[in-house]
Amino acid sequence: MTDKEHRAELSVEQIRRDFPVLKRTVGNDKPLVYLDNAATSQTPVQVIAEITRFYRDHNANIHRGVHTLSVESTDLYEGARNKIAEFLGAPSASECVFTRNTTESINLVASAWAKSNLQEGDEIVISEIEHHSNIVPWQIIRDELNVTLKFIPMLPDGSLDVDAAAEIIGPRTKLVAVTAMANSLGYITPLADIIEIAKKHDALVLVDGAQSAPHMQTDVAALGADFFACSAHKMLGPTGIGILWAKTELLDIMQPFMTGGDMISTVTMSQSTWAEIPAKFEAGTPNIEGAIAFGAACNYLDNIGMTSIRNHEKELTGFALDKLNSIEEITIFGPSNVEKRGGVISFALQGIHPHDIGQFLDSEGIAIRTGHHCAQPVMSALNVPATARASFYLYNTEAEIDHLTDTLKQVVKYFG
Amino acid sequence: MSNDLLDDLYRELILDHYKQPRNNLNLPAANCAADGSNPLCGDQIHITLTLTDEKVEQIGFTGSGCAISQASASMMTEFVQGRSVIDALDGIAAFQTMMTTSAPTNAVGFDDIDALIGVSKFPARVKCASLGWKTLEQALSTNNGVEVTTE
Repeated sequence: MTDKEHRAELSVEQIRRDFPVLKRTVGNDKPLVYLDNAATSQTPVQVIAEITRFYRDHNANIHRGVHTLSVESTDLYEGARNKIAEFLGAPSASECVFTRNTTESINLVASAWAKSNLQEGDEIVISEIEHHSNIVPWQIIRDELNVTLKFIPMLPDGSLDVDAAAEIIGPRTKLVAVTAMANSLGYITPLADIIEIAKKHDALVLVDGAQSAPHMQTDVAALGADFFACSAHKMLGPTGIGILWAKTELLDIMQPFMTGGDMISTVTMSQSTWAEIPAKFEAGTPNIEGAIAFGAACNYLDNIGMTSIRNHEKELTGFALDKLNSIEEITIFGPSNVEKRGGVISFALQGIHPHDIGQFLDSEGIAIRTGHHCAQPVMSALNVPATARASFYLYNTEAEIDHLTDTLKQVVKYFG
Repeated sequence: MSNDLLDDLYRELILDHYKQPRNNLNLPAANCAADGSNPLCGDQIHITLTLTDEKVEQIGFTGSGCAISQASASMMTEFVQGRSVIDALDGIAAFQTMMTTSAPTNAVGFDDIDALIGVSKFPARVKCASLGWKTLEQALSTNNGVEVTTE
């Protein structure tokens, strides 16, 4: 039995002790119930400590000086890259490029790969359930290069129409860019099926892993995709740091994204040559402490075990679906099978506007997201302007879901 | 339930206007109309007016959205009905001042509307409360026909 199997059962009580913010109250002294994890996750003391430690003991620029602090900072930064590469199952750390977030990672592919590798008549295929960050960059590429942008449609239960994907992805398709887990409805994309279709046509595949990497085991090598993007702040790390993983042969042919210091090999007055990957894509002084803290977050998640986290969230989601369905006035969007959905529940309450729901819940200490979740095409398909969304993580409890359910019943009474 | 924080925002009068909106209709004989929406929230307001001699003879509104946006629009219609265009524009200005200063307006006819003062303490909701008033301003302006937003 491996270490991870030993830790199959999460000790949520013990985990919660690592998250100081979960001890605070909001509003009228109400204990915080944080259910907005799909937007950003909370940060454990182990990660916060790494940020403090960096500035207290090491702070220097990386890849430059021969002095001790610079060497230490470089080791910590590159050590974090190694850790993150291992966490994501990347064959080599040099395939992991630090970015600001998932959005920047996708923009990097659009700018540094698509612009110089696509031409008129080519097709990019995305889906209706994408976050705006995996829609807008491709609309811009479509307009700039005169390529065609196609969408895999969403079925009424929030899942993707894989049969339609097999029709839409074809010989002209050069890139398929899809989410691994929809941020609006929590649907887990059948990536293996979609990648298989894409590969039949020799299309590259970009996976938006912003929602999946924090909650499920990632193995980019086994996945068979070509690009994978995620953000630290949704997986217990700080904001302002993310990763783009791409295969070496792709990174090698890609043009730089931004240019300047740290990404060059030589610079003369007339021309410059680029550094090796991944430095080629990391112009300027990066978010050093962010990268180090991202590494620490991966360590934290690894110590608990992604399988245990996924199982905990599956149980919580099943529990929440049962409880919330006891509210007569509720409509829950997305798949009902917890195997097909992450810990994300988008819902509506009989004509009560999501902002009113969110405001009421806040007054009881409960933080949820209300709005269109940067997924307006999903909202249009559901024919709602916005939804309320509760999303869970490793530190959430059944008691919190009970509190959510009871408070939603009060919302119905208050506004109904 | 008792919840001071929330009750300051959703005062009883506001919930009353939300649940039973006043002048909640489209006027078939209107000679003036405007649309307002906050697409990010999904708040929508449609206003129809009959204007005669620089006076709002009748006003109706329809829409959907959060309690604050709909109650504020309902209160706005009660205020503006029968007033001159100049008084209506003064009312719009007074409402905007109340949202930015968090002070009661003491404006004539604002007794009920002052209940919305709690909104000013919730910056994210000011745009909801302002939508009906901005839409009225649009209806009364020469630009009417262009949809307004307070986002």
